[in-house]
Amino acid sequence: MEQYEKLYLYKRIVQSKLFIDNNFAENIDLDNIADQACFSKSHFIRLFKSIYGKSPHNYMVSVRIKKAKKLLAEGVSVLDVCQRVGFDSPTSFTATFKKLAGKTPSEYGSQAAEKKRAIVVNPLSAVPNCFAQTHGWIK
Amino acid sequence: MITKLTHLCIYVLNQDSAYDFYINKLGFAVHTDAPMGEGARWLTVTPPEQPELEITLFLVAEGGMFDKETVAAMTGLIKKGTFGAAVFTCNDLMATYQELKTKGVVFKKPPTKEFYGYEALFIDDSGNWFSLSQLNS
Repeated sequence: MEQYEKLYLYKRIVQSKLFIDNNFAENIDLDNIADQACFSKSHFIRLFKSIYGKSPHNYMVSVRIKKAKKLLAEGVSVLDVCQRVGFDSPTSFTATFKKLAGKTPSEYGSQAAEKKRAIVVNPLSAVPNCFAQTHGWIK
Repeated sequence: MITKLTHLCIYVLNQDSAYDFYINKLGFAVHTDAPMGEGARWLTVTPPEQPELEITLFLVAEGGMFDKETVAAMTGLIKKGTFGAAVFTCNDLMATYQELKTKGVVFKKPPTKEFYGYEALFIDDSGNWFSLSQLNS
């Protein structure tokens, strides 16, 4: 029974984490997630943190920044990215992005665009020679 | 002197399904996804906390050092589950196991106590197997 209860507990936390993964851009009420998982808010935060190393709120922020990086690398504007990943304002988005990524969204986007351009001009610039030779892309 | 590992090679049978497996199921990030002409593709991904370690998803296909016989042999060996490519670690094996199973990852071995911690084994979309471990602290 103890093993079953432990598995059931894990399932509830994992479902909450997956809910955040799929709805990070929305205005998620973390109290509501705790309720749906049938935990008190404090217990939910403690369990979540013990498993994922971050509080549910910090995890949600990290998911938003991860998605933001992907969109910036695709060439989406900083303002659009801010809105699409669920930040209220460009100012808070930029500050949070810089704190977690070590550079501003603009800097990140510019560097990603430059990397993309370099690959278009010379695709082999991204490939170690040993692998390029194995593939037959260079003699 | 050698300082670190920067590239690791995993042989895959289809890069589109490998992309889906490593990015959408395992939660890795794309490092480089570059078309190399004639349908070829250089695809590397990185684990969440190791953005500098590029895992090359190397398509087994004719060309370069891979002739027809080599491709056939490699494909057979990969499908047979011959290659154990790597050990991945996580903070909480039971939670990670639950999540990956929910996402459709196939496990050969469920979480099991070992002398070094807890370990499960999963296979990727091609047939390569991996250890997923939560190590003793």
